[in-house]
Amino acid sequence: MGHNAKLRVWRGDASGGDLKDYTVEVNEGEVVLDVIHRLQATQTPDLAVRWNCKAGKCGSCSAEVNGRPRLMCMCQMNNFAEDEVITITPMRAFPVIRDLVTDVSYNYEKARKVPSFAPPKDLAPGDYRMQQVDVERSQEFRKCIECFLCNNTCHVIRDHEENKENFSGPRFLMRIAELDMHPLDTLDRKKMAQEEHGLGYCNITKCCSEVCPEHIHITDNALIPMKERVADVKYDPFFAIWSLFRKPDNAKS
Amino acid sequence: MAEVERHSYDVIVIGAGGAGLRAAIEARSQGMRTAIICKSLFGKAHTVMAEGGIAAAMGNVNSKDNWQVHFRDTMRGGKFMNSWRMAELHAMEAPQRVWELETYGALFDRTKDGRISQRNFGGHEYPRLAHVGDRTGLELIRTLQQKIVSLQQEDERESGDAESRLKVFAELTITKLTMDGERISGAFGYWRESGRFVVFDAPAVIIATGGIGKSFKVTSNSWEYTGDGHALAMRAGATLVNMEFVQFHPTGMVWPPSVKGILVTESVRGDGGVLTNSEGKRFMFNYVPEVFRGQYADTEAEADRWYTDPENNKRPPELLPRDEVARAINSEVKAGRGSPHGGVFLDVSSRLPKAEIMKRLPSMYHQFKELADVDITAQPMEVGPTCHYVMGGVEVEPDTGAAKVPGLFAAGEASGGMHGSNRLGGNSLSDLLVFGRRAGAGAAEYVGAIGATRPVVTEAEIEVASAEALAPFRAEGGENPYTLHTELQQSMNDLVGIIRREDELEAALAKLEVLKERSKAVSVEGHRQFNPGWHLALDLNNMITVSECIARAALIRQESRGGHTRDDHPGMNPEWRQVNLICSIDGEGVAVNKQALSSMRPDLLALFDRYELSKYMTEAELADLPVQDSTKGDS
Ligand SMILES: Cc1cc2nc3c(=O)[nH]c(=O)nc-3n(C[C@H](O)[C@H](O)[C@H](O)COP(=O)(O)OP(=O)(O)OC[C@H]3O[C@@H](n4cnc5c(N)ncnc54)[C@H](O)[C@@H]3O)c2cc1C
Ligand code: SF4
Ligand code: SF4
Ligand code: FES
Repeated sequence: MGHNAKLRVWRGDASGGDLKDYTVEVNEGEVVLDVIHRLQATQTPDLAVRWNCKAGKCGSCSAEVNGRPRLMCMCQMNNFAEDEVITITPMRAFPVIRDLVTDVSYNYEKARKVPSFAPPKDLAPGDYRMQQVDVERSQEFRKCIECFLCNNTCHVIRDHEENKENFSGPRFLMRIAELDMHPLDTLDRKKMAQEEHGLGYCNITKCCSEVCPEHIHITDNALIPMKERVADVKYDPFFAIWSLFRKPDNAKS
Repeated sequence: MAEVERHSYDVIVIGAGGAGLRAAIEARSQGMRTAIICKSLFGKAHTVMAEGGIAAAMGNVNSKDNWQVHFRDTMRGGKFMNSWRMAELHAMEAPQRVWELETYGALFDRTKDGRISQRNFGGHEYPRLAHVGDRTGLELIRTLQQKIVSLQQEDERESGDAESRLKVFAELTITKLTMDGERISGAFGYWRESGRFVVFDAPAVIIATGGIGKSFKVTSNSWEYTGDGHALAMRAGATLVNMEFVQFHPTGMVWPPSVKGILVTESVRGDGGVLTNSEGKRFMFNYVPEVFRGQYADTEAEADRWYTDPENNKRPPELLPRDEVARAINSEVKAGRGSPHGGVFLDVSSRLPKAEIMKRLPSMYHQFKELADVDITAQPMEVGPTCHYVMGGVEVEPDTGAAKVPGLFAAGEASGGMHGSNRLGGNSLSDLLVFGRRAGAGAAEYVGAIGATRPVVTEAEIEVASAEALAPFRAEGGENPYTLHTELQQSMNDLVGIIRREDELEAALAKLEVLKERSKAVSVEGHRQFNPGWHLALDLNNMITVSECIARAALIRQESRGGHTRDDHPGMNPEWRQVNLICSIDGEGVAVNKQALSSMRPDLLALFDRYELSKYMTEAELADLPVQDSTKGDS
């Protein structure tokens, strides 16, 4: 059974834009992306939106729905009352290209600054041996679908363009943690996390973890353990204070 | 004429899925300046959606496994229509390609002794699929993406420019391959973001554009799957093989309507899930075809024992190749024994403890919870067939990926032959790596051999390509591309779907003619900047061309085999097994010609016993077989 939903969608480009009102049909079981597609097919054929899998697997359709960073393809319309106005805007931390599509090249540039996996030189393909328990920690981080919602949410860059230069965001700090915890990686990555990727900017608010559609414990399992190890190497004021109040059962295994 | 952006490379790879990325890594490693071009962002290609695993006979879980067994399974799955040489190369090289991924940083699930774990899948005799939970495709694409980044880091250290030898052009769609006489000279396309045109001068082009599923209404495929590479290659003079063979995956979601078609991984069955009808019966036992009798269990008790003791029991019929399971589900639903929303039940909740389900099938759990409000640890899923994969594709030389046109190569789902009439689960991801690498090497060798006589893209060609791309803006008040797309999907689904008939295929071809005419008058609004209406208008031409290939070939092939089932010609016909159907462009339409399948090398033939071959081969072929003793060797 369908009803008509009231949508406010941001339309515009780099030079500016504003919210436009639309009324669109919604059917049972549909997600926000379905409704955006119906809008495209029936009223606004040039409405720009990124998507691919429509199954929460590729991380293309990131946007903000009523101000909350979400994957549009995993955001059920029945989360909203039928008469509620649903506002859909592009991710705020990245420059708009058009409508709901943003320029996420910041993320790809940061990715290129993380030194790649460095296996032991003498280990031949096929001879890798690792225990499941040892790969599991990095595997959690490799669930990342690169939707960049965490980077979009983190206050360090969300409203502070100037920090982008020195801060790689939770996604890539987590990537460093992932490599650091890889059982066969040979590089020491703690110092670079702090000095080149801005781990020190993070004050463990956990906002990134809250929006992660993959439910990765970015802060608890990647950032805090990194900070702990960095703390041995370097003084980090946030972490020093925070660790005084830390419950022992948070200790990493 | 407007200025176009121009680039020059040794090799361009169209497609950033598993095949394209592996091809690019190889071409770059062999010294070629290489560009990767893709329609979506880097790291989002369709490969990311693959769930179950990647097939490679590493023998980590059952040491009896080896490439010969994998080869045999692949040929059986494809009903002996595969390019045997491709199947051989694939089975032999897949383990090296998987191990190589570990050196790039991949983290597969492990066995107790620390090796890569392997799981069971339909049609594979032993546990063979390397996997990471149910997100293997993500691991594959991220690993290759990160390998590319590492090569770029190397280049940056050496030359100060990370993109000096390997560059990704993301969100750029190629609309035409350009020619210098008989050979490839490059490609023409547009930036999705700005709509501006781009020309690539390159002596070698590798097509790695994936599949065609978006021509069907119910599909597990994403918007990228509009058959661009298939159509581009044909328009450049290349040929497609086996286009009638389209795989309908037996288990797609059926409810709610907006998610209809989204895949439910085969691992659900590999890990113990069972299919039941509205009467609560495990119906697959009634659908074991003659050629597979003897390999599948006859009773539920035996099937259940197989999960723990595969040595002494036959496998459950739920794990038959996909075409068999999809047809069985179709028949149950038609017979009125379906589930409330027109599928059947797939239940894992009564088979595995909750914790185990959460561990082995986490994405499936979330997918059903969040999209259908179904808890798969507590209740059955509803599933039905969905268009999933095209076995057909660009006809290539097995060893090099070379297409009929000099300078053109293809790999991955866009190429054809490897899987015959039906692909086994897990054999695509391995195919991408094995033949991606080979196409990259093939292209590098080709470019190395042409020396200084580089082809060029002419101004005249650029004019033509621009005019074609802009046509939808010129027409006014014409058809809406979305309307045409919906009609195309509906016709393909209804008339060229899982079960086909002569009159329906003829109706489909008639409809395609109409759509072809109407598509000339498609008009789009707005401007060129990120305009999805325009993008669809251009993709539509490719979908119509590819759909015509499928429908024409399906009409000609008067038998049922793998991903091609003819209601009016049930059963396999050995005469037809010797025939490949080859599509090429003919004026505004498609011509289909018959071509003989090459006969298998004797040492490979010897891997099968005569009795099994007799189910597939003609009397004449059997008479020519070397005399062999009839005991079946296991290696
Ligand atoms: C839901 C799902 C689950 C699957 N699970 C498995 C599994 O468990 N195991 C397995 O072996 N197989 C599986 N498959 C099949 C397998 O994932 C695909 O066959 C395979 O990933 C295809 O890879 P590819 O490299 O050929 O193309 P893709 O990964 O599809 O990449 C195609 C690329 O081409 C680009 N492209 C297309 N057209 C153009 C153009 N005109 N211009 C520029 N770029 C273009 C796209 O942007 C994209 O980058 C699954 C498929 C689906 C849909
Ligand atoms: S926990 Fe750190 S990285 Fe995450 S949002 Fe907060 S400050 Fe940013
Ligand atoms: S960590 Fe989570 S939120 Fe961040 S990019 Fe990855 S999937 Fe998205
Ligand atoms: S479209 Fe892939 S995550 Fe939403």
